[in-house]
Amino acid sequence: MTAAQFPILILIIPLLAAFAISLFGGRRDKLAYGLLLAAMSGSFYAALQTLLLVLETNIPIHYRLGGWAPPYGIELVIDHLNAMVLCLVSGCALLTAIYSLPTVRAEIPDRIHHYYTLYCLLVTGLAGMVATGDAFNLYVLLEISALSSYAMLARGRGNAYYATFKYIIMGTIGACFYLLGVGYLYIKTGTLNMADLFRLLAEEEMQQSITIRIGFILIMIGIWIKMAFFPLHGWLPNAYTRASTTTSCLIAPLMTKVSVYIMLRLMFSVFSVEFVYGVIPWHEQIVWLASLAIVAGSISALAQRNLKKMLTYIIVAEVGYMVGGAWLANESGLAGTVYHILSDALMTLALFMAVGAIIHKTGKSSFAAMEGIFRKMPVTSAVFVLGGFAIIGIPPTCGFFSKWYLIRGGIETGQWLFVGALLFSSLINAIIFFRLIERAYFGDLSGHGHGPLPERDEAPAVMLVPMVVTAAALVIIGLYTSEIIGRIVLWTIPAGL
Amino acid sequence: MADFLPYIVAKYNYWAALVLLLIGLYGMIAKNNLLKKVIAMSIFQSAIILFYVSMGDKKGSTIPILLHGHGEHGALAIDPSQYANPLPHVLMLTAIVVGVSTLGVALAVLQKIHRVHGTIEEDEILESIEE
Amino acid sequence: MEQLPFLPATPALAILVSLLAVPCIYLSDQRPNLREGWTFAAAFAKFFLILSMAEWILAGNTHTYELCRILPGVSLSFTVDGFGMLFALVASSLWIVTTIYSIGYMRGLNEHAQTRFFICFAVALSATIGVAFAGNLLTLYIFYEILSLSTYPLVTHHQDEEARSGGRKYLTYLLSTSIGLALPAMLITYTLTGSLEFTSMGVFPADTAKPLLTILLLMFMFGFAKAGLMPLHSWLPGAMVAPTPVSALLHAVAVVKVGVFSIVRVLTGIFGIDLLAATSLNTLICVIAAFSVLVSSLIALSQDNLKRRLAFSTIGQLSYIILGAGLASRLGVQGSMLHIAMHAFGKITLFFCAGAIFVATGKKYISEMVGIGRRMPVTMFAFFVGSLSVIGLPPAGGLISKWFLVLGAMEAEMFWVLMVYLASSFLNAAYFLPIVYRAFFCSEEEAQFERKVAEAPLWCVVPLVLTAAVSVLFFFHPQPFFDLAVMAVQGR
Repeated sequence: MTAAQFPILILIIPLLAAFAISLFGGRRDKLAYGLLLAAMSGSFYAALQTLLLVLETNIPIHYRLGGWAPPYGIELVIDHLNAMVLCLVSGCALLTAIYSLPTVRAEIPDRIHHYYTLYCLLVTGLAGMVATGDAFNLYVLLEISALSSYAMLARGRGNAYYATFKYIIMGTIGACFYLLGVGYLYIKTGTLNMADLFRLLAEEEMQQSITIRIGFILIMIGIWIKMAFFPLHGWLPNAYTRASTTTSCLIAPLMTKVSVYIMLRLMFSVFSVEFVYGVIPWHEQIVWLASLAIVAGSISALAQRNLKKMLTYIIVAEVGYMVGGAWLANESGLAGTVYHILSDALMTLALFMAVGAIIHKTGKSSFAAMEGIFRKMPVTSAVFVLGGFAIIGIPPTCGFFSKWYLIRGGIETGQWLFVGALLFSSLINAIIFFRLIERAYFGDLSGHGHGPLPERDEAPAVMLVPMVVTAAALVIIGLYTSEIIGRIVLWTIPAGL
Repeated sequence: MADFLPYIVAKYNYWAALVLLLIGLYGMIAKNNLLKKVIAMSIFQSAIILFYVSMGDKKGSTIPILLHGHGEHGALAIDPSQYANPLPHVLMLTAIVVGVSTLGVALAVLQKIHRVHGTIEEDEILESIEE
Repeated sequence: MEQLPFLPATPALAILVSLLAVPCIYLSDQRPNLREGWTFAAAFAKFFLILSMAEWILAGNTHTYELCRILPGVSLSFTVDGFGMLFALVASSLWIVTTIYSIGYMRGLNEHAQTRFFICFAVALSATIGVAFAGNLLTLYIFYEILSLSTYPLVTHHQDEEARSGGRKYLTYLLSTSIGLALPAMLITYTLTGSLEFTSMGVFPADTAKPLLTILLLMFMFGFAKAGLMPLHSWLPGAMVAPTPVSALLHAVAVVKVGVFSIVRVLTGIFGIDLLAATSLNTLICVIAAFSVLVSSLIALSQDNLKRRLAFSTIGQLSYIILGAGLASRLGVQGSMLHIAMHAFGKITLFFCAGAIFVATGKKYISEMVGIGRRMPVTMFAFFVGSLSVIGLPPAGGLISKWFLVLGAMEAEMFWVLMVYLASSFLNAAYFLPIVYRAFFCSEEEAQFERKVAEAPLWCVVPLVLTAAVSVLFFFHPQPFFDLAVMAVQGR
């Protein structure tokens, strides 16, 4: 194994593990779990090595599948942006994999190995979407991850099937819009390789072409459906709320963030800064829409009484942050978006894990589950509090710094609506989380606090360790913001911005 | 109108794909019966497949297999204008596979919905959820 | 470059030392004596670390230590200068005293969750020193937020209905203002000027539009709501549900003073006194602060709950300090810096007394304290000294700082401010002295207490005697603090 093979290993390891788990995992749960852990660790290791390689050389890695040269062959292109996102995807997948066993055993007792097979396929799809340098390949991987996520989401609680069905319909529409848009680009350019597309689309004739514009709009709408950008978010809250704990821990942080990554990738590696902000004259309106998404997501989250549903609406608001930041058309906004991909994935992961553990232990998913949690599950509640702080944007957690950049971007372009929406959502998030923290801290006051104190009843260690790691990452990433911005994020800012 | 008609006729394949696409989209959004939604989804995907396949075709072209690769017609055999563009067709093989898998998952989920809720009419399902 | 007489990282160490104590405190949960030992160790270590820098600072130097670059262009850095040193000395020395007092108070009342109490206390002190030594606005903001959050469990310590509503109010006011006003103000400043460093010249170019400056000024002043400027003051009386040591240290010293400190830092370091004077924005500051001074004093008159009366008095005194800075004259700023120290010692004495009365007799209301001097003469005498300091009468330190504030008002030729100071001093006297008078001088039938000395536990009494004594000491020896304040105004 040479260092040059690391990019493909990120995808191949989970793919092979999917086969292995479905073949052998049926014998014993532990075997399936072990295979899953091994695959996720391998994938994470490969992603980490790739990231280090990119950071060392500061030039993108081009990996040609089968040795065929682009534009005929398919290639993986790893630059700073997707090296970071790859690490994020495989890292979150690893943490969730470690976390998964107790909840999967409790919620999906039969055929755990099938569930883990889907898990591996989903990770393959997500990592593939991030790594690929080919527009059609992206579609296929998008569908691989979507199909496995449909199957995983369907194995949930209550009316999970109906929620999943709606997601299938919406997801298919999104993916097909994307495919249609790619078709438009193909008609005009005759290529599907991203670098090739970028070169051809830079020509003046292409910039003015109506076909290309329609293609761009179709692609954007398709991706916005996938990332649940307001007002195309209707499918997300139900599907994620009903999902089983591990499914929501895996899908909620990663799916939307990978979609945001794809939006950025297509905006700047297929189309160009001039095209996106110049030829398409709508970037201000899209920022307004993003502001609306933030406000609507926050208010909907405030109205919820179910922990997971509340978190899903927060995701809708966070998607608004990132789309808005990307369309601010300045460096700070874009840097904020890229940084927020990283920080938001981790904070949603921390929150979903903590809430998952609380639901696992108390059996309730309403706000009542939080009562007295500080005493019963101190570690879990610490993780929850830290995740909440990150969402609110309290320094030194990473959420503060992404807001710092996003708000700065808004101020620089004079998008006061966006700035206002961000501050508004911070305040609403503060209300949301402190309302819960209050319940967790005070417990049930009807007994005047002198009743028998609840016993300590913490989640098992396999669940606690990944949670604590994630929570620690929130602070560590916050403290290393300057490093991350300087060595990764600023490299992803396209020329001409 | 006089200009419009030839415009449609000249690109009738795209227009046909578009009409199918819209039928599919309408069905997915507006139909109450979930099975009809699945059918609409299938139509929607097929429309895109047709769109791709037809874009690769050329008037009077043949399948992209080398004919008369030898002898005096050898030079003619590799003239690309003779052949349909194979790439969109190949891509659509993948898309068909994806479409079939989606259909399969959708049908499986639909079956489960029927088992849980006893119906595949959307309004009735929503009623039973609210209860 | 002269050799530093201390480690370059000392400011950071002074902040970290109480954080390091946190795991130790947590682990010795079951052994209260050891646990309090850790708190003492951290408190003394912190105090001596800060003291070790004092001489160097008094010699007219400043010291900057950059911990890390947190954002490109902005670092997490600590600067020790006269003003920061003054505040850090006050806060860290009072932590020691308060620790002694808390042990007496918490054990005397047999409070629950004492470990959590001491942990949060340690974190809050770290944050306070962090604010004192913050080298730029971002660092200050970070520690400011940590302080808000770490004090929440202290405010709501009793975990009952009243604590919940008090805590809710506390966080609502502090977080919504800091996120909604201070953060955007900071970002706008950064976008406009590209700098968040504190410099005596201010960061704004001279031609910045006045309306913009006005808006930013208001955002900063109300954004740091810990300063309790009216109309954003009502969290402070609400937060009086906390145990008394918390009210004493945090709500008379650390939290509220951090608010005032932040505002004064922003006024002197981000806007710059000269800019404020040149644009006559300082009048605006004075009007807002003067309003707060007078109204809060009037409200204090009508409060029967002793701690609430003290809280409203605090609101007034805090606005004094802002008023001093708003004068935009050297003497005024000096006075306001000195007043941070003087008021801290005076007010903490008063709170300690209130707590001692509660521990010894369970009384909270002033109307129930008639004749209490017969039973707790030491406590009430300390209370008397504390009141003198807050009112600004000799022989207590408060006179010194008020003297400079008055001089500042004259230097700035703002005579109406002078009147405000005088009026408010009368009001102070009117709401404090009757308590003392009625405690000692009352007829036999009015008195609610026996003529028998029964003080609170020694742990409670010693600290309040100490702080009262220090208040008096400052009247005779204000020199070190005075020098620091002078340096803070002239230096940089």
